[in-house]
Amino acid sequence: MAILELQGIGLYRGQSWILREIDLEIARGEILGIIGPTGAGKTSLLRVIDLLEEPGKGRLWFDGKDMADRAHRLEGRRRMSMVFQRPAMLRGSVWDNVSYGLRIRKTAEPVIEEMVADLLKQVGLAGYRNRRASTLSGGEVQRVALARAMACRPDVLLLDEPTANLDPRTSQRIEGLISRCHDICMTIVISTHDLSQALHMSDRVAVMMDGRIAQIGRPDEIMEQPANQDVAAFLRAGNWNRRGG
Amino acid sequence: MDEIIGGLVRAVELILTLNPEVVQVTFRSLGISVTSVLLASTINIPLGGLIHFSDFRGKRALVNLIHTLYSLPTVTVGLLVYLLISRSGPLGWLDLLFNPAGMVLGQAILITPIMLGLTITALDAISRDIRDTTMSLGASEMQSLRAIAREAQPALVSAVLLGFGRALSEVGVAMMIGGNIRGHTRVLTTAISLETSMGNLELSLALGIILLSISLLVNLAMSLSQRR
Repeated sequence: MAILELQGIGLYRGQSWILREIDLEIARGEILGIIGPTGAGKTSLLRVIDLLEEPGKGRLWFDGKDMADRAHRLEGRRRMSMVFQRPAMLRGSVWDNVSYGLRIRKTAEPVIEEMVADLLKQVGLAGYRNRRASTLSGGEVQRVALARAMACRPDVLLLDEPTANLDPRTSQRIEGLISRCHDICMTIVISTHDLSQALHMSDRVAVMMDGRIAQIGRPDEIMEQPANQDVAAFLRAGNWNRRGG
Repeated sequence: MDEIIGGLVRAVELILTLNPEVVQVTFRSLGISVTSVLLASTINIPLGGLIHFSDFRGKRALVNLIHTLYSLPTVTVGLLVYLLISRSGPLGWLDLLFNPAGMVLGQAILITPIMLGLTITALDAISRDIRDTTMSLGASEMQSLRAIAREAQPALVSAVLLGFGRALSEVGVAMMIGGNIRGHTRVLTTAISLETSMGNLELSLALGIILLSISLLVNLAMSLSQRR
């Protein structure tokens, strides 16, 4: 059964439709990669899924519950977490940031201590517990943001360009963490400019063009049978990092 | 030059010996300005939040108007408040004219644009990112608002301190509404103005040094709050 189901989603902003007629089902435990040129609507789609934007059209079901119903929205948001392309750090220490989601859920203090310590170890920031978040580097911020999102043990993890502007070593570390999230059955939706990353990490890939999903399928299907010339041109001209596509 | 140096020495003496006139004027000044800042903060910080979080027609024009009023002349506010609270004015029955309470009201109105504008600016700078971050981590609307207020705290503290600085150093409202009555409404700025015109430079300098010291302390507190 799909954990997320979007039907006819449309998002209107700044006098134009940023998302048009998006129909999408995401299976539990799946990694869905979203690729597409800048301005295609990748981030907006993640924001709609994370219930940060209310679509002007269409409906979204999370675990069978209609998210148009306000009574379900907080529960829906509490079962998802999003890591933004440029994550904002909350004022305070690394610990304050990573523990935020747990504190607002009124998790017991000893559990918070244990989970935060474990997550900081996983993201390679074990010694950073008391470091002021405002003093972190770009890669460290990204790792803290990922630990912060993982701390909430979400069913769905939404990642917006998680490795953009990071050096290859840090990117690989982040990809390792994403794989570990997948191993514990989290559903992951990852938007990326890096085609090789999308194709190598995802179970399915959605290609977005002009606010629509132009094609969705397994990575090999997308590569071998592009749905139209635009998709083929995008794949040809795309960003093939590191793995040499 | 000798006169200035002599005046400075005498001024320091007046401060160190806790001259009753100097102490009284200083504490009255602080009392009135602190009260006016408390009054203005209580109204303007929530009002700034309301303006920031609401969507309405003319919002941009209102914010522009608030920014324009940052440099509102103190005598204009003094005149406006005078008309409001003078015996024949709409608030004449409150008997605020030539009273510290009237000065508090005048100073609170004077610093309203700066506190309102800085609150809106502080929230503009952080609101969307922090809202998105906290909501995406599962915060309710109320928890998210609390996080935004916490993030905006250093900027809000700066707004309050700037308001306090402007209230403490203004002379127009204090003179027109308070009337500079000795032992009743005389504050640092009006006392400096009067004593200078009477040629009593030592007392003026002593009061000026105190005013400057308070301003320095306020600035220090502001930079400390921003550094945290």
